[in-house]
Amino acid sequence: MKATIPKRPWVKEWHVTGFTIFLLLVLAVLLSAQATQVGQDFSMDQFVDLWLKMAHPDWPYLSQIMTPLAQTVQMAIVGTLLGGLLAIPFAFLAAANIIRNAALRWFIRLVMNLIRSIPQMLLAALFVAVVGIGTLSGVGALAVFSFGMMFKLLYEAIETVDSGPMEAMRAAGGKRGAMIVFAIFPQILNQYLSFFLYTLELNVRASAVLGYLGAGGIGLYLNTTLDTFRYDRTAVVILAILVVIVLVDTLSNQLREALS
Amino acid sequence: MAEKGSVALKDVSKIYPNGVVGLENINLNIQRGEFVMIVGLSGSGKSTLLRAINRLHDVTAGQILIDGQDITQASGDKLHKIRRSAAMIFQNYNLVKTASVYRNVMSGRVGYYPAWRAALGLFTKEDQALVATNLARVNLLDKYYVKARDLSGGQQQRVGIARALMQEPSVILADEPVSGLDPKTTKLVMNDLKRLNEEDGMTIILNVHSIGLALKYASRIVGLKAGRIIYDKPIEEVDKRDFKEIYREAGDSAAEEAE
Repeated sequence: MKATIPKRPWVKEWHVTGFTIFLLLVLAVLLSAQATQVGQDFSMDQFVDLWLKMAHPDWPYLSQIMTPLAQTVQMAIVGTLLGGLLAIPFAFLAAANIIRNAALRWFIRLVMNLIRSIPQMLLAALFVAVVGIGTLSGVGALAVFSFGMMFKLLYEAIETVDSGPMEAMRAAGGKRGAMIVFAIFPQILNQYLSFFLYTLELNVRASAVLGYLGAGGIGLYLNTTLDTFRYDRTAVVILAILVVIVLVDTLSNQLREALS
Repeated sequence: MAEKGSVALKDVSKIYPNGVVGLENINLNIQRGEFVMIVGLSGSGKSTLLRAINRLHDVTAGQILIDGQDITQASGDKLHKIRRSAAMIFQNYNLVKTASVYRNVMSGRVGYYPAWRAALGLFTKEDQALVATNLARVNLLDKYYVKARDLSGGQQQRVGIARALMQEPSVILADEPVSGLDPKTTKLVMNDLKRLNEEDGMTIILNVHSIGLALKYASRIVGLKAGRIIYDKPIEEVDKRDFKEIYREAGDSAAEEAE
């Protein structure tokens, strides 16, 4: 007996629906590009000029940017540390298996969601306006960002722990605080460290451009070299940032793998 | 003041918010050194009863006295203290799987430490020695640094016993401690409990499915059905045929197991 593949309508056979949607999307991209005037004043000469200059990096400049480069990483570390530590108590206050008062939980989550909805660059701009130009602004912006991020990751981790040990600690006559230390801490410690490293990765990247807004670090040098058309120096700055980010990412990935 | 290791339930009832009757008019007097096994079908109220003794949930009416102290009315420090004297062993072991055996056993002392000392790991020399002693009692001293998740089920339950001993309890409550274990490890765990009962005079109250185990280890058997005590006899007076009544609804297989 010969097996025949079941027939289906030609609309499905030729994927008419999917293909139509694809064409409409392409059209939408073209129309929006036209409406926003993307690529209207693109100059090929300038583009080539930039690349030619950047192809000959001003290597001696490297010695001048070592300090701000280190500062960038330091800002990221301090910011992550401050935000990450501050997130711990708030994460516990927002976790349903720790705090039974739903009103308190929702209030904390609402406030934290508001904090987290502020973009990082806006935070930096705010800090520069309030605290003034310098690394303190950068640290502040990164700390607030880390605070929101670590809070969310951590309270979700707390809510998904195995509830058995907590029950055992309750039966053993533990007080709330000691119960958390014995039953919850060991369950979330590795995850916490992993979240910390991940946030640090993001912060090193963000920290590199914060200087653009005057919040300290290497970003300032990126800005100055571009403004003075010293693209040979810009190349050095970009390459240096790249090396640092790759290093931090690799290290963080290795550590996180070891943790899991 | 009642003797240490005594448990008394007076007219205890538990009705769940949805109207289901968990326990009805339970009266039970358990003396120091008894090995009480509670038998009954699933849903007969065995777990509800055991958890009520440690107040893992509240009862609707009645009194529960541990060492003569009423746990149903206690709060704050008093509740913590009463709970310390009745240690609990669980069906799912309830260990922190990612923590070492040492840390799990030490957690039995949770009622003796404020949070900050526990967080910094500032345990007294005596308590550290106690961990070693209790691990040796369940023959697991060589697993001191091993993570709990790397142990077999039987080993995890014995770590659970060592943890319970850290409370220096007068009563041990065991909620189906061997239902997930094979016959060989069941024997190991039951023998550990039997030793505590005989050597230390600890009162043990244990839920089981298996009538065979109850007949072998218990000094007294209590039968529960639909939240009521329908059977309560010391082992000398127990007749295997009695179990037909307790397990009647289970059909023939359970009743036959008893014979």
